This record gives sequence, structure tokens and C-alpha cells, in this order.
Amino acid sequence: MASAPSNTNVRNFVRIDSCLCKGCKVCVETCPKHCLVIGSKMNQLGYQYARFEKETCTACGLCFYSCPEPGAITVYRNEPADREDV
Amino acid sequence: MKQLMKGNEAVVHGALVGGATHFFGYPITPASEIAHAAADFFPRTGRHFLQAESEVAAINMIYGAAGAGARTMTASSGPGVSLMAEGLSYIAGAELPCVIVDVQRAGPGLGNIWPEQSDYNMVVKGGGHGNYHNAVYAPNSAQEMCDMTARAFDIADRYRVTVFILSDAYIGQMMEPVEIPDSVHHAPTKPWALGATPETRDNLITSIHMSTADQAAHNWKLKAKYDQMEAEITDWEEVFTDDAETLFVAFGITARICLTAVQRLRARGVRAGLLRPRTLFPFPRTRIAELVEQGPVREIAVVELNDGMMADDVQLAAPSLRVHRLNWLGGQVPTAEQVLDMAAQKAGQR
Amino acid sequence: MIKHKKPDAFYDTFERKGAGQQTTHYCPGCGHGTVHKMIAEAIDEFGVRDRTIFCSPVGCSVFAYYYFDTGNIQCAHGRAPAVATGMRRVHDDAVIISYQGDGDLAGIGTAEIIHAANRGENITVFFVNNAIYGMTGGQMAPTTLIGQHTLTTPTGRSAAIDGNPIGMCELISALSAPVYVERVSLGDGNRVLKARRAVRKALKNQIDGVGFSFVEILSPCPINWKLTPMDARKWLIENLEPAFPVKSFRDTGTPGAVATARATREPSRPIPDDELVKLLGSQSEIETIDRVTGLPEQRVKIAGFGGQGVLSAGILLANCAISEGLHATWLPSYGPEMRGGTANASVIVSEESIGSPLVDEPTTLIALNGPSIDAFEGSVVPGGLIVANSSLIDRGPARGDIRYCMIPASKIAQDIGFQGAANVVLLAAYAAIAGFPAIDILRRVIPHALKKKDLVDLNLQMVDAAVAFVAEHPVAAPSTAPQPIR
Repeated sequence: MASAPSNTNVRNFVRIDSCLCKGCKVCVETCPKHCLVIGSKMNQLGYQYARFEKETCTACGLCFYSCPEPGAITVYRNEPADREDV
Repeated sequence: MKQLMKGNEAVVHGALVGGATHFFGYPITPASEIAHAAADFFPRTGRHFLQAESEVAAINMIYGAAGAGARTMTASSGPGVSLMAEGLSYIAGAELPCVIVDVQRAGPGLGNIWPEQSDYNMVVKGGGHGNYHNAVYAPNSAQEMCDMTARAFDIADRYRVTVFILSDAYIGQMMEPVEIPDSVHHAPTKPWALGATPETRDNLITSIHMSTADQAAHNWKLKAKYDQMEAEITDWEEVFTDDAETLFVAFGITARICLTAVQRLRARGVRAGLLRPRTLFPFPRTRIAELVEQGPVREIAVVELNDGMMADDVQLAAPSLRVHRLNWLGGQVPTAEQVLDMAAQKAGQR
Repeated sequence: MIKHKKPDAFYDTFERKGAGQQTTHYCPGCGHGTVHKMIAEAIDEFGVRDRTIFCSPVGCSVFAYYYFDTGNIQCAHGRAPAVATGMRRVHDDAVIISYQGDGDLAGIGTAEIIHAANRGENITVFFVNNAIYGMTGGQMAPTTLIGQHTLTTPTGRSAAIDGNPIGMCELISALSAPVYVERVSLGDGNRVLKARRAVRKALKNQIDGVGFSFVEILSPCPINWKLTPMDARKWLIENLEPAFPVKSFRDTGTPGAVATARATREPSRPIPDDELVKLLGSQSEIETIDRVTGLPEQRVKIAGFGGQGVLSAGILLANCAISEGLHATWLPSYGPEMRGGTANASVIVSEESIGSPLVDEPTTLIALNGPSIDAFEGSVVPGGLIVANSSLIDRGPARGDIRYCMIPASKIAQDIGFQGAANVVLLAAYAAIAGFPAIDILRRVIPHALKKKDLVDLNLQMVDAAVAFVAEHPVAAPSTAPQPIR
């Protein structure tokens, strides 16, 4: 069973391409760890897009598979904790 | 040495030397012998025969096989060709090459299994929805059933169109001596086809053009192709046209009957001639216009087993003359004498 | 490290949708994109992108070719399984995917999917069932639930009027050939993961050459269901799943699975050209003769009961013409009357090319029975010839302006030992009288024309007997004055 890394030097996270998100909220509701939320900002398509919020991500991929957009979600595992481009 | 065979059997011999590799069939009288012969010859020559569940499926199997780059065909009669209309339109839109044989029977509806030429409008004008044409060959003998079918695959590939062999119950069922060509044709390389290879991975077979501009450009491209076909492959036969005052125009079985009629008129001293379109699309309209404008033609009689479908096209080509329409329906086929009687009767009505 | 990302089997940007486009045309929360992603991922995993051909349907997924970086073909509504069949017969190694919606597969294309499944085509079918027509704006689908409101069932689907929702997995699994039939759901995350496994297996089956695989995916259509994406998933679980049980219907990979009726098809390649030409060339090398010119055109009508060999006698005659270097046509009466009842064949033989193949005024009538002479005697040209089977005709000639040869053909044939060859007796009598075909040619052609080779000798005896009969019973010239007929 996937879990959040115990090593504090690495972390899991989900990158959501704000331009590709249609704001359907399926990823938000599907995530068992409640890592994702719908933000208040609107993208160019006119959707309030989802964003990654909590650090409890296990990189399980449920958000990725549930998301109907091919390229909106990328799931990272054991990335350096100080990575800043998220 | 020539072999005695039905026109329908000659089709399959022609298809094999024409390079056909995939036949998708569905039985219908009077075309079934084509499927029978294909089911015999295709598998034992390393080719593919499949009996589809319907003509709808058959034409779509052709869409798939042609899209995959094969030389592919089917054969049917009017009721089956009606069912293929959708697929024919998609094939035209996607510019796929294939060959369809229509052994015409009498209609409308189930009609009967005797000869008519009443699929003329359906086949020559396209058949399905949208702005397109098929190349249409009209054989009048078993030999032409063979030769035209063989040639059809080259024409289909050259222009990426459907080529119809528009036959009829008599030409299909009649046996005649046939010389089988001894050189085998093959499909050219088709870089546009779906080859299941890295090189062809980017290929797309479709008839969709979502923007009006794209669709317009595509349709004008098709139109240019049809114009090119008219310049390059329009085909016809003339008999005694040099000094003909009475010009018979007929295709397929009726052209055979008209040939006898014209010979009898000549024997009686009447200057009669015959123009037989070998292609119905493209139609030899320019040649008909020439004969009318530059020759001694004073009257035209179009003899057809329909109510005057090709006569409309002849009339368009020869607007200065009244075209006599000599028509038989329901599967009734006239004798040469009956043609002459009706010609005399129509001429007397002027 | 990246654990999950957009599969390579998708284009980087969707140029066919529009320059630089990266999003699909699907509505927010639609299930299609999810299914696309599973398929693309499986294509990546098995490394088959170059040999995959994706068949797009008509419906919302009509533009699947915008997205899949594979070979693509867009099919007419419902016909993708037939298109896939056509391609399957051309490319043995292609990975062919038919992707279809409920209107496409369960409505207009029912025949094509059932028969492709029944043939056990080695293809993979993904059936996206959202119980409504999406692309056209929300009309009833074959899988629309009873009571479900759509644009064409504004008061809810009625079983009495519209019938019941159709279960495609149930239908497909009633056939013996499919190897894998499963229904999955996109109702929640865990269901999505199960669906992913099914997609993967269905594709793997094809790659392994196992056979026809069919995965039905219950999929949300929030826009046309008029629900939010999450409510749509809830509705799917609560309403669609009870009507369409989510389960494996068949998996031949599992113990106790139904044995399949699918037979493996061997790949085939066309034989060499020279072999083909040889095969199609003349099967019989009959020695031909150059006959003395001057044969008048022979227009022969052969008529009798079906089964008397009327048509085959005509073919024999036409084959003799070929051997004498002459033109010939053979036109049968055909259709239902060919299989019982009366039959006739028209044969024309000429030194010139032949116009009309119709024989309405025969120069010779060969009548095998009474009704035939009654029917055609009057049509024979003055000066013409009738060769009639007097064994079955109990009257004499009715005309004085033509020649008659009344020959007991059935009796002669019976005496020789094969009554079925009366047709050959009559044909040989005609040959002896008309001088065509040459008796020698007739004797040479018979062995090639007969399918049953053990009957050759009997048939040659028929020829001899007929020639002898004609020699003993010379045919009288017609009286000069044409007689009124009947």
C-alpha cells in the first residue's frame, strides 16, 4: 500500500497543469488523502482549476486515472523535498 | 486459348490478374456467381475471401481493407448497392480506392432478377450523400467483364476512387469465350495507407473536415480529380458513326442489341451508327456533342432498360436535337427488331 | 521521479484539433478522456504504438484521432467492427482497436459488432456506455434506463414504447467465439483502477493473438445527464450499475472458462504471378480446327424440363464453337425456374462478333420435351430446323416450311445405358444435320466438358448413335410454301 514518504528529504506531489484543467473536481473527490482542492482562480478556458495542496500524497495515481484530460495531471514520487517548481 | 465462362466468372478472373487480394461478398441474384468464384479462387491463390453479414458490413470491410492499402472489391446487385450507399460516400470522402461490381436487376424494391439498367442514376451520379462521383465502366461482354475489372484496380489506385463495373443480369449470366490476360497487375506503394508501421503511424483515413474552408477545399480537390478523369479515361466505342444520320446510343446489353439493329439498318441502306459509352462516368459527352455539331447526325435514339436515365445525359450533350428515348422496363429485354420498330415509331412522332 | 504522466501514445499537442491545442474536446467530467488515457497507457506499456490502428466511431469520440499518436481511421456510424475486420485481413500484425459508444455499437451498429464478435476477430473493442447520445445533444440510447429522461424520451424511457435497455456484454457473451468479455465502471477511483486492468487485458489478448476481447465501460456523461461530474458518478453507481451488472462475463484466461469456438486463421500470401496465370489459363488444351468459312449464323434455342441437361447442352455447343475458332454466346433462362420447371438456353454461333445474345427467332430449336416444342415451334425461322425428342413428344410436325428431325433421344440414351444423356443425342443429331459442330470436335470436347469422367464413353456412344440415326433417317427439305402456324 502506498504511503507518504517517512524520509523528510523527499516528498510525493501532484502537478496540475492549470491550463489543461477543466475544473470537474473528480480528482479532488477521488483523492483518498484529500491533497487536492479547487482554487478560486480561473484559467484561460474559463475553469476554476484544481491545485495540489496537502503533503500527504502517496502517489497512488487515482487522481491521474480519474482525470479525463490526458495531460492535466502528473504524479511525482520521492522528489527532492526542496523542489520548488510545483 | 479462350475459355467459355459467365461474365460473372470473368469478373473474378479479371480481378485476380488486376491484383485484387481481398473480396468481401454478400449473396444476391444475379451477382452471386461472382462471390462463388471469388470464394473458390481467392483463398487458393493466397488471397482473402470473406462473406460479410450484410452489404453494409461488406462495404465497410472494404473501407478498412482499402484504408490498409489492399486492392479490394465486392459484387452485388441494386438492392445491395443501395445498402452500400453510406459506405461509398465515406470511401469517396476518404479517397479510398476500391472496385464494386453491380450486376443490375429490375427494381425498385425487391423487383425481380431480370435485367434492367435502372441503377444508372444511383451508380453514375454517386449513390450516397455528398458531392462525389465513382468511375463507372459499362462492360457489354464477358471479355469486358474480365478486362474492365482488371483495369478498374489500376484506375481506382490512380485516382483513389471507387470504380464501378456496371453490368446487368444478362451480361453477368451470359457465357462467352474469354481470353484471360497473362500479365498480373499489383497495387502501387501507398504511402497514405495505414500500414501498421512507424512510417505510416501518422496517417489518418477520414472523411471529416470540420471547417467549411477545409471541406470546400477538399470538395474542390475532388472536383478537379473528376475533371482530370474526364480528360484522361473517358472511353467509348463507335460503329458506323462516320456518316451516321441516325445515332443509337446504348451501353451494356442494350448496346449489343443495338449493334444488331444498326447492322440490319445498314443492310437496308439506312445510315445508322452506334455510340457505346464504355465509361458512364466520365461520360463521353464531348464526343456526342462533336458528332452532333460536326457530323451528319440528324436524330439520336438512346436505348435503355430504364425510363431514360442516360438519355438525360445524352440530351444535355446534344441540346439541339430531340433525343428519342427507347425504354424497356421490368426485366423485359427487346429484340433488335423491337428496337427498330420503336425507333421507327418514335421517329414518326416528330 | 515521475510515477504517472500523460502517455506517449497521445500526441504532445493536438494539432488536428487546432494549433497548439492540449486539451480534449470532451466536456468537464466526461469519461471518454479517462478511457483514452487507459488505452494510451496500455499501448505504451506493450510498446505497440507503431502498429496500432485506432478506429474512431461516430459520436463524441469521433475525434479520437485528434489524440492518439497511432494509425487512425474514422468509421461510419456503427461500422467500426466491419472496418476493423477489413484491416485485420490485410495486416496480421496490426493492433486494431475499435472504440465505440452506445448509439454506435448497441444501436446502429448492432449487426457489425455481433458478427465481428461471432467471427472471433482478433481485435479489441472498447464500448463506452453512458446511456445517452452525447454528440447529438442527449437523445435516447439503446442503453438508456427505463424512466430516464432524454430529449427523445422527455417523460422518461418507456419499456412499452421504447423497449428495455440492451445489455451488450450479455449478448456478446452468448456467442462462443469471444475470449474476453467484461463490464467495468468509472464510478469511483477503485472502479477506475479495475477498468484499467480490463483495458490492459483486452489489448494484451489481441497482441498475444488470443482473439476477440470486449470491454464495456459504464461512463459518466454529466452534461447530458444534467448532473455535476461527481453527482454523475454517484448516479452511475446507483442507477447504471444495477441495470448493467459490473462483472467479468468471460475470461478464457481464468479456470473454468468457456472453451472458445475460435479457430486460428493462418496468414496467407498471394501465390507467384506465373502460378496465378497458369491457374487462370485454359484448363483444357483441346486441339482446334480451322473450319471452312461459310457457316451461316447459328441461333439455337435448347429447351426442356429442368434437369434434362438443357443448359449443359448449350455450354457443350458453345465450347465446340470455341474449338472451331468461332464466336459464341450462351444465355440461360435462370433463377427459380432453373431449379425445377422448364429451362431454356440460347446459343448463338457466328463467324462474326455477335450483337444481341437473345434468340427470339432461332435457326434451330432443340426440343427435349412436349411443352418446349409447343412453346417455340412457331418462332423458328422459315427454312429452319427442329430437332425434337420424339420419345417425349407425341405429335408430329405442325409446320411445312421448316425441317424436322424427330429422334427418340430418350429411348436411344436409355438403350445405351444412361437416359440422362438424351441432350447429347439431340445435340449430336443437330451436329450431323447442320454440319456444325464438326462431329470430330464434338467428340473431342465432350471429355473436357463432362465433370463425371466415367460417363465419357457413354456420351461418345450417344454421339455415334445419333449420327447413325440421322444417316438412316435423312431430314426432308421443307415444302416451299410457308404454312400458317396454329
